[in-house]
Amino acid sequence: MNEHDLRDTIGDVKDGRMSRRGFVSRMVALGLTAPLAGTMLASSGVPASAADLRAEYKPGKAGGGGPLKLLWWQAPTLINPHFAVGTKDQEGSRIFYESLANWDDDGNLLPCLAAEIPSLDNGAVSKDGMSVTWKLKRDVKWHDGKPFTADDVVFNWQYASDPATAAVSIGSYKDIKVEKIDDYTVKIVFAKPTPFWADAFVGTYGMMIPKHLYADYTGGKSRDAPANLAPVGTGPYKFVEFRPGDMLRGERNTAYHLPNRPFFDTIEMKGGGDAVSAARAVLQAGEYDYAWNMQVEDEILKRLEQGGKGRIDVVYGGNLEFILLNATDPNKEVDGEKSSIKTQHPAFSDPAVRQAVNLLIDRGSVQQYIYGRTGRASANTVNGPEKFVSKATKYEFNPAKAEKLLDDAGWKKGSDGIRAKGDVKLRFVFQTSINAPRQKTQQIIKQAAQKVGIDIELKSVTASVFFSSDAANPDTYPHFYADLEMYTNNMTQPDPTLWMLQYVSWEVASKENKWQGRNIVRWKNAEYDKLYNAAQIELDPVKRAAAFIKMNDLVVADNVLPLLHRAKVAAVNAKLKAPPSGWDNDLWNLPDWYKEA
Amino acid sequence: MATYLTRRLLIAIPSLLGISLILFVVLALAPGDPFGELASNPNIPPEVRLALRAKFGIDDPIMVRYLHWLVAMARGDWGFSFASRIDVDTLILQRVPTTLFVVGSSQILALLVAVPIGIYAGVRPYSVFDQIANTLAFVGFSLPTFFTGLLLILLFSIKLDWLPFVYQADIQATGWRWVWETIRQAIMPVAVLGFFQAASYTRYVRASVLDVARLDYVKTARAKGVVERGVVLRHVTRNALIPVVTLVALQMPAVFGGAIVTEQIFRVPGIGSLLITAMLANDTPVVMAVTFVFAVLVVAFNLVADLLYGWLDPRIAFR
Repeated sequence: MNEHDLRDTIGDVKDGRMSRRGFVSRMVALGLTAPLAGTMLASSGVPASAADLRAEYKPGKAGGGGPLKLLWWQAPTLINPHFAVGTKDQEGSRIFYESLANWDDDGNLLPCLAAEIPSLDNGAVSKDGMSVTWKLKRDVKWHDGKPFTADDVVFNWQYASDPATAAVSIGSYKDIKVEKIDDYTVKIVFAKPTPFWADAFVGTYGMMIPKHLYADYTGGKSRDAPANLAPVGTGPYKFVEFRPGDMLRGERNTAYHLPNRPFFDTIEMKGGGDAVSAARAVLQAGEYDYAWNMQVEDEILKRLEQGGKGRIDVVYGGNLEFILLNATDPNKEVDGEKSSIKTQHPAFSDPAVRQAVNLLIDRGSVQQYIYGRTGRASANTVNGPEKFVSKATKYEFNPAKAEKLLDDAGWKKGSDGIRAKGDVKLRFVFQTSINAPRQKTQQIIKQAAQKVGIDIELKSVTASVFFSSDAANPDTYPHFYADLEMYTNNMTQPDPTLWMLQYVSWEVASKENKWQGRNIVRWKNAEYDKLYNAAQIELDPVKRAAAFIKMNDLVVADNVLPLLHRAKVAAVNAKLKAPPSGWDNDLWNLPDWYKEA
Repeated sequence: MATYLTRRLLIAIPSLLGISLILFVVLALAPGDPFGELASNPNIPPEVRLALRAKFGIDDPIMVRYLHWLVAMARGDWGFSFASRIDVDTLILQRVPTTLFVVGSSQILALLVAVPIGIYAGVRPYSVFDQIANTLAFVGFSLPTFFTGLLLILLFSIKLDWLPFVYQADIQATGWRWVWETIRQAIMPVAVLGFFQAASYTRYVRASVLDVARLDYVKTARAKGVVERGVVLRHVTRNALIPVVTLVALQMPAVFGGAIVTEQIFRVPGIGSLLITAMLANDTPVVMAVTFVFAVLVVAFNLVADLLYGWLDPRIAFR
């Protein structure tokens, strides 16, 4: 391998075509030592990815980049990160506020307000998994000039964990204790061994608000804080103006803590309108530099891209579109609820039927004709980061095999062409939310099923109803008063703990918990429960990953049929460099954004 | 006159109460959940969502919530937005200037176009000019604003690159450049709304000019030897415009209420786009406040229209 090839390979790693681990193992195969290969990519001390990513920032001085114009077709309506319900609000907050560390595209931590990433090696993560110590950067100042210290970190924990504050970030803070060691060191103490320690103060729910402005506004008074509408953070841009639901403006923070950053002099985030015209404003008119969440058919995006003024950035995180086969009977009412955990689905309790349905889903066509570049067919419920992805699973579209399975299991076609066994007919209701790609997918599945003698009735529910948590409405997805349903869920962190919670038996959605339980499919498996509990406290990362892979395989073998790993899609100006991450917000690394000359 | 006014105002109170009750109940019965987005996020425990619902009083019975709202409204408290966690009146007042400017200018444009064309067409019915004006008017109000809006964007923004199609409420410029930028970005939304409105106004003006032009006093004026110009302007137009004035007065609430579709297309941050985003986010207090204010304006401008009518046409007496 000559130098040119080597540079190409490094380029592959940079562009994400090759993983870092892949690079290192290749170099080792060529006779280099692994550490040497590592230093070829980055300097040591911080995780390899961090130095790499920072190194991709080219401008030699801060400022001078003119305005950065972002177009969010849903505008931020509030900019306190602890109240940020939707991603639009999180992204708005991200312009001004920062976390101790953020998630990069490989699911690794990139330090921001932290001096370094805690690890077992540097002793910051305790061996028993009961605590983690964060060292803070020393030269960080809030936009009003006050220093950022450990007191601020401790305050954020107090603020968010107080139920009266009604913070949406409470999930990350309520079960921990945070201690100040010195002005620039904090220690998080967990109630039980916690292998995934990077939740609090990290990423979306880790954004820091200043103690000196919020101390008087905790709990019930949180809504009165003036800083809710005029944020003072540590971020690359200082607050200028906010009109809820319309416009957010900022200007360069001249005292920013990273060198030569930020590049742009001003930033604006304009909201409103629809996704297609937002794509048009970036790709065709070039009026804006970046548009988020392009929920537009790939066909249209391709056409708009031809203008050459912009490109589409596709990045994969933890978004999964899947189909659930109800494990309980949606037609029998027990104690005032259908789909009660006390019942069993008459047809799906037979593994042959479940496998047959799985074989009838033409994932390849769904990807090719409906989602294009914005999704890829998948057989796994966990699709990243790489270390948690099962290699043992595969998907297949094979109606003949499905037919044989059903024949062998004794499901015979009746005079109406529909298969039945005893008094159970293979006639299902398949529900999803109203959304053009979903209705097309439903059609593809219905047609394939019809040919082998399974009758599927399609039902589509308005998204605002389907995704509401209204306990009185039987059409919501947690009620699951249907045989099959399809929707997308998002694994928000590069760790499957919370994601896998949706398949444990104690989370079954029911009338008793007002359908707030996360296990919508109502699938129960003792082995899965045991694995889940073990993974919760397993400190060996390899064993833990193996447990999650095993859990994944158990789930997808039964009632959960993954369909597509869906991407985050953004429209980006041709000259703009905006490092993406599937595991964090679009603006996770805003300080490193710049435009090529 | 004074007694008439008092009576009308007294009648307005129960009708506004009725309107508010219906609005509130319909909104409360509508499906949707302002915190629905939290449900699909595994990071947020269900207790948080339930606590939020309790905190904002969504779980109380409808009538209790209505009474709370009514009492608060009577004290001038318009409510608290779920989505923005700020007071609704702040939100609305931020949007009013933009809507007033865009929708107001479009109304002025509509009148500037409709009145002369309508009069000219009405004075010479079935002439070539009238035929063309009629055809254009029909085309004008048959084409929905979302269609003409997109057409203009494709032509002037994408193909010709003359005009921006994203509206900015606060242009970052001063002096003449500010004026120029403000006008430039308002051209398309104002034109779309204005010509749509002008189409129906033209029909109205033409019809009422036709009516008046046939009356005896117009013939008398002509017989006296008044020049045609004087007949048309002094005798026909003045009387023909009375019903048009009422029509314009009834359109005034819309000037405040904004234009939902057009505002959405051009991203004009007005009341209409506030209403639609609030609806999509199930932000009931904002929807309630906007619709109720709209109802108040409709009732008020109805009254104004009636008063104007009496003032313009002395034959109508207030009793």
